[in-house]
Amino acid sequence: MKGLAIVPAFNEAGSIGNVIDEIRAYDATLDVLVVDDGSADDTCEVAARHGAEVVRLPFNLGIGGAVQTGFRYAAGLGYDLVVRVDGDGQHDPAQISLLMPAVLSDEADICVGSRFAGPGGYRSSATRRLGIRLLAGTVSLLTGQKLTDTTSGFQVLNRRAIELFADDYPHDYPEVEAAVMLHKHRLRLVEVPVTMRERATGVSSITAIRSVYYMAKVLLAVLVGMLRRPATPLEDA
Amino acid sequence: MMLAAGQTPLKVSIAASIASILLLLIVFELIRSRRLRERYALLWLATGVVLLVLSAWRGGLNAIASWVGVETYPPAVLFAVALLFVLAVLLHYSLVLSKLGDQSVVLAQRVALLELELRKRDRVEAPESAADEAAEPAARPR
Repeated sequence: MKGLAIVPAFNEAGSIGNVIDEIRAYDATLDVLVVDDGSADDTCEVAARHGAEVVRLPFNLGIGGAVQTGFRYAAGLGYDLVVRVDGDGQHDPAQISLLMPAVLSDEADICVGSRFAGPGGYRSSATRRLGIRLLAGTVSLLTGQKLTDTTSGFQVLNRRAIELFADDYPHDYPEVEAAVMLHKHRLRLVEVPVTMRERATGVSSITAIRSVYYMAKVLLAVLVGMLRRPATPLEDA
Repeated sequence: MMLAAGQTPLKVSIAASIASILLLLIVFELIRSRRLRERYALLWLATGVVLLVLSAWRGGLNAIASWVGVETYPPAVLFAVALLFVLAVLLHYSLVLSKLGDQSVVLAQRVALLELELRKRDRVEAPESAADEAAEPAARPR
């Protein structure tokens, strides 16, 4: 079982080293690929110093394009399993163990760590929580599966999901559209409760005005996505 | 001077015709000098031709204006048609931009992955320099 941890990072020099060390501490056999999404700081150097492979994008593609780079890498090198961990330290690599069983037992093609699936609150601004809820509600409605956190990038994916996303992955807030894509391609998604940390350093790429814009954009993309012909052919189930 | 209702003033027809011909000439010149690709020029040529026809063919413009309910000032139809064509050109641009954007994402990803592949090969060929590289990865592109 060849596993790869994909860590997208944009100006995360302050936290990326720690994230890599923690992933190694969780499982030293996982290869770590940092996708440096056009950072202006030392993200790339820090990551290389901590022993990760670094793929450096020539300019900022946004989270979707960055993560897809990782999926392409994983698909090309024949990895069986991908773990996604954000470079800002928000995801606790020790909790990867909570995400693994569902995928390893082939109960799901992708397992997502949800902040809201279990007890224990996720502390965030009210508007942000509202946005996350609204997106989750829309996706639940469209997919007919109760989802609580469709914006979580803390995920474990198997080969089928890797190949699908290497071919076609959405751009902004990709997880929301990806949930709809998975549903259309009849891949199985499960959520397990995790707790997330406050970001260690750096600035979130999501500001208040932008998040409204993204909300509108993502809702449009999701709604249109239900009607759209898939870029890669659906597998017959 | 009072206009007869539903008639296009001659001066408007002449001015609009000249403008349309100018547009056509400019587009032709841009194609000829290879600064504008034919596929992008087609919409502009269509715009120029339609506007020229509507400007020069006064009876036609008046007739179309009365069909669509423009009773007093037929050249308004000319503006409307011109506006529609401009919208079509803009929409076409959005399509082209979207496609270029998607393509540049794929290019950026491939370039980045190829660079990583190259660095890996260098490491295999010259393992002793791996430590140097870890400390200072290849020069930044900017």
